[in-house]
Amino acid sequence: MNRQRVQSALLPVVAVLVAFLIGAIVVLADGKSPVRAAEAVIKGSMANRAAIGATLEKATPLILTGLAVIVGMKAGLFNIGAQGQLLLGSIMSAYVGYRLTVLPTVVHLPLALLAGVAFGAVPAFVVGVLKAYRGVHEVIATIMMNTILVNLTDWLAGGPWMQPDQAISKTPPIQASAEIPKVADLPVGFFLAVVMAFVVWFLLSRTTLGFELGTVGANRDAAHYAGMSVKGITVLAMTLSGALAGLGGAIETQGVVGRFEPGFNRGLGFDGITIALLAKVSPRAAIPAALLIGALRASSTQLQSIAQVAPEIVDVILAVALLLVAAPMIIRWALRLRNASGVEGVNLNTGWGS
Amino acid sequence: MGIVNALRRLSPDSRNTLVAVLTGLVAAYIAYGIWDFKATAVLGFMVRYSTPLALAAMCGILCERSGVVNIGIEGQMLVGAFVAFFGATWAGIVFGVVAGVVVGALLGAFLAVCAVSWRINQIIAGTVINILAAGVTSFFYRQGRTMKGSMPTWEIPLLKDIPLLGKVFFQNQPLTYLTFAIVIVLQVMLFRTPWGLRTRAVGEHPSAADTVGVNVSLYRYGNVAAGGALAGLAGALLSVEATGTFERGMTSGRGFLALAIMIMGRWRPSLAWAAALFFGLLNGLVNQLNFERVIDVPPQFIGMLPDVLTIVVLATFAGRVRAPAASGQPYTKE
Amino acid sequence: MVSDRIDHDAAAGGTAELLLEARGITKRFPGVVANADVSLQLHRGEILALLGENGAGKSTLVKMLFGLYRPDEGEIRIKGEPVTLRSPKDAISRGIGMVHQHFQLVPVMTVAENVVLGAEPCRGRFIDQRRAAAEVRKLSERYGLAVDPAATVEDLPVGTQQRVEIIKALFRGAEILILDEPTAVLTPQETDELLQIMRELAARGVGIIFITHKLREVMAVADRVEVLRGGRVVGSAVPSRTDEAGLASMMVGRTVVLRVDKTPAQPGAVMLRVRALQVDDDRHQRAVRGLDLEVRAGEIVGVAGVQGNGQRELVEAICGMRPIRSGTVEVDGRDTTSMNAKAVNGLGVAHIPEDREKHGLVGSYTIADDLVLNRFDEEPFARHGLRDFTAIDKQAEQLVQRFDVRTPSIHTETNALSGGNKQKVIVARELSYDAKLVVAAQPTRGVDVGSIEFIHRQLVAERDRGAAVLVVSAELDEILGLSDRVAVMSEGRIVAMLPIEEADRDRIGLLMAGGA
Repeated sequence: MNRQRVQSALLPVVAVLVAFLIGAIVVLADGKSPVRAAEAVIKGSMANRAAIGATLEKATPLILTGLAVIVGMKAGLFNIGAQGQLLLGSIMSAYVGYRLTVLPTVVHLPLALLAGVAFGAVPAFVVGVLKAYRGVHEVIATIMMNTILVNLTDWLAGGPWMQPDQAISKTPPIQASAEIPKVADLPVGFFLAVVMAFVVWFLLSRTTLGFELGTVGANRDAAHYAGMSVKGITVLAMTLSGALAGLGGAIETQGVVGRFEPGFNRGLGFDGITIALLAKVSPRAAIPAALLIGALRASSTQLQSIAQVAPEIVDVILAVALLLVAAPMIIRWALRLRNASGVEGVNLNTGWGS
Repeated sequence: MGIVNALRRLSPDSRNTLVAVLTGLVAAYIAYGIWDFKATAVLGFMVRYSTPLALAAMCGILCERSGVVNIGIEGQMLVGAFVAFFGATWAGIVFGVVAGVVVGALLGAFLAVCAVSWRINQIIAGTVINILAAGVTSFFYRQGRTMKGSMPTWEIPLLKDIPLLGKVFFQNQPLTYLTFAIVIVLQVMLFRTPWGLRTRAVGEHPSAADTVGVNVSLYRYGNVAAGGALAGLAGALLSVEATGTFERGMTSGRGFLALAIMIMGRWRPSLAWAAALFFGLLNGLVNQLNFERVIDVPPQFIGMLPDVLTIVVLATFAGRVRAPAASGQPYTKE
Repeated sequence: MVSDRIDHDAAAGGTAELLLEARGITKRFPGVVANADVSLQLHRGEILALLGENGAGKSTLVKMLFGLYRPDEGEIRIKGEPVTLRSPKDAISRGIGMVHQHFQLVPVMTVAENVVLGAEPCRGRFIDQRRAAAEVRKLSERYGLAVDPAATVEDLPVGTQQRVEIIKALFRGAEILILDEPTAVLTPQETDELLQIMRELAARGVGIIFITHKLREVMAVADRVEVLRGGRVVGSAVPSRTDEAGLASMMVGRTVVLRVDKTPAQPGAVMLRVRALQVDDDRHQRAVRGLDLEVRAGEIVGVAGVQGNGQRELVEAICGMRPIRSGTVEVDGRDTTSMNAKAVNGLGVAHIPEDREKHGLVGSYTIADDLVLNRFDEEPFARHGLRDFTAIDKQAEQLVQRFDVRTPSIHTETNALSGGNKQKVIVARELSYDAKLVVAAQPTRGVDVGSIEFIHRQLVAERDRGAAVLVVSAELDEILGLSDRVAVMSEGRIVAMLPIEEADRDRIGLLMAGGA
């Protein structure tokens, strides 16, 4: 039992190491030096306090989108739409942040965060309803929603909410009263995300609501038998998931960017999927997974300047790691591990109907 | 009288299709009679927009009819577009297209390995393909390359002179014609040949197929790889034929749109093609209206139109249509 | 029925050609020996019955004969020639056909398509639809198997679907036909028709292996019978030279207790009252059509009927899992017609569901979690939305003890348990809270003999405690053994309600089939 647990925890670690190895080979094939690339990553992500701060900043929204995907997966839903939900949350918190002017910090800051949470939840709620009551598969719906929300936020930031007399479309900067402060270069938002990871963990493993989510995810028919509202839980799980992604967007706006600018946070939602799977759908494990990816993302300028490696190498590495975690038999076979299970407890619905 | 009898013998499906096609034709010619140039432009847009979608939907149909959900069409298309374009810059367009198709087939085979042999959740496997495709194509992307040669436009003698239809359907580029052919061939093969019957049986009730000696895994491998090849071709069409270039993320969600079209077309090649044309037509109309300033809509709203449409279509259809019963289910022999 | 048995003894006596022979077949699965040194012979024109209980190894044996499994030891010979059957394809090409217990038909395809699948007649590259239909018609006429080649399979009644399966095998040139529990889903009348078809096939030279655990059918149709128990052949017999009791004791290895030990019922107040109930099935067809039923405290009412006559929908409607179209359900005087499963359960209705893997359990949960599956949010298992794991574990320890669930720990995944133990987990959960009404659907399906007796005793104990018990079962013996009153269900209605003293098998059989 214990041995099994160790092996199963080892799997993502091995997957990441193998992914780095393959990344190094790709860099080499591209005619660049893997050693310089590694140096760049270390310099960019942990060499000094500023670099560590940058890593934490990058990791913050990733923890939250990772949690968003995890909450969905527990209920058997695959939320690929964390990206769009994060965008909407982000722009709404920016709007509340710049538009309201006379509020004290204690009111303004949480209010803007709340706007992000609420508007992250809205599109996810719609997807949940479509799934539960119209049989629309959430993967398709969330992807469509992503495009819709990218366009919508683009339009808002370049139209009605655009900062006047600016060439690029972006909203005005938020008021100081809505900003999340930094303490000694370390972003406070990160600690908020860590707290959320524990909150989600507690919710899923200790509460009756978490039990309902898990039952619907593991066996919808049994959930129906046990008198749970499968449709209600589906909508709720999707909404919660969107709220977490929206919170990620809000923290990004209020703690890092200071306004909404189209295109500045592409890809955060998709990294959430990688994090959820690397963390094996465990909320607390999302923290180290997000830190790893945050570190890689934080060093993208250094990768370019020190090693002349395109920062997209990070995507390649992550895709390989994801593949290895999703297909544990590869590593199991390579290491002769027994019973190192992959992403257990994930039972995503692969049908189109309801 | 003979015609009436022939009509009566048709299945309800074919009859409805026939009625829809005839109505569409009449409407198109009325429009053509009033605004000849604009009608031609809208229908031309329709065909250009729908062709890669139709091809990608064929990929979805092949996979799902044999029981595998392919959510990785997007990624397979993207890699197909990438390989085809850079293949074409290196050794010409024919090489590029072939390379795109081959790589698409390999990605299809990879999905088959994941779904059939490793029994990974198929949604996750497809997502891995999408993420991998986005990462690899961005990493290896190089700016400023040009293709050796470009796709010709072939005019079909006689047919090209038909008013409206000739211009819309018979003055196209090679891969567009190839798509027309693939749709028709697939429709016939799926419903008239032993391969088609077995494929459908594998997707509906794999153990029934297995017990009469049909190799379920083999059919799934073959069809999912072939589907991948079609997705690769769709990508090649996009980069080498339609735009003559490659950009990062250039498929922009078409792979997912194709799945909606597949559902709307009830997993039938011809109906899916019709659904793709319908999508193309609506987008063409909105574009034209916007172009002429009849309506004034910000470009972002034009950009989200296909997605809004897809959601509406799925909300209307998804609960009602009947997917292949074993789609998405790994098959375990007893 | 014994009287219309056709005497094939002469044919079986060794003069007819030996079609199939198995010698010393052994098959092991991790932890069990499914077949140990099994030998049998099948001659042309012979009907051989394989008799045995669930888990006796009958299915494993025929799966080896059909190439679905490979034997670990032993030899299979067809017409004297040793063969290795690697797949069903091998078996088919050697003239073996099998009708599986769960039909292997594609519901959305036509009869003809199903028959020719995998061996399609072609004209050029295309399937010759006309020839396919003609072949089906030819076979159906030759063997008296009436079917329409153009009909869609899902629209056909079960008995007809089974005929399609037989035609499918014959189309592939089967000389050896294996029928796996073919009568489990049939009405007594359909069963008679099937037995007639089997005789017809045998008369035309087909050898038939017929798996069953129903003695009457063996007596009616078989030329010879091999009895399996615990994976071994424990006896061979010629039905005309033995009797049911002899076969039965061979099958179970001891004298069978046909009735469950219990005192006469002492019915009290009406606990369940169903009036003019109408319920739809999953395909939106009306399945329960104006059904009336009453169950009193302190009695067991058994619902007998052929599967698919609305029993499942009735149970789900009573337990709040399925919307009710019209009519009413009352539990202990409270109208529960529009209540959901949770509310109904809260009123004290225990539900042992028909499909334990699908509805009754979450396989990936621990036994402790599955034991509170439908009461996870009630005290003492949860307070203010927080789960109390101490209380959950304590209850699990108690129930595992009391209901004799064989498991290494209460934190073991339920998936890891055997079928009988999984069923005990469900029974333990549902009988742990002194319900007013116990609804048990197929409570012993696929469960070992020991567990069956245990579960039956528990249900009787519930009755004696004063609960109303409603048992739905496809096993007539179970109904007759447990019930105080028998309700016969057919086409969505209760067509008769008989006190147990008046419930005789033949009468119920006729009623089940919709007869007067």
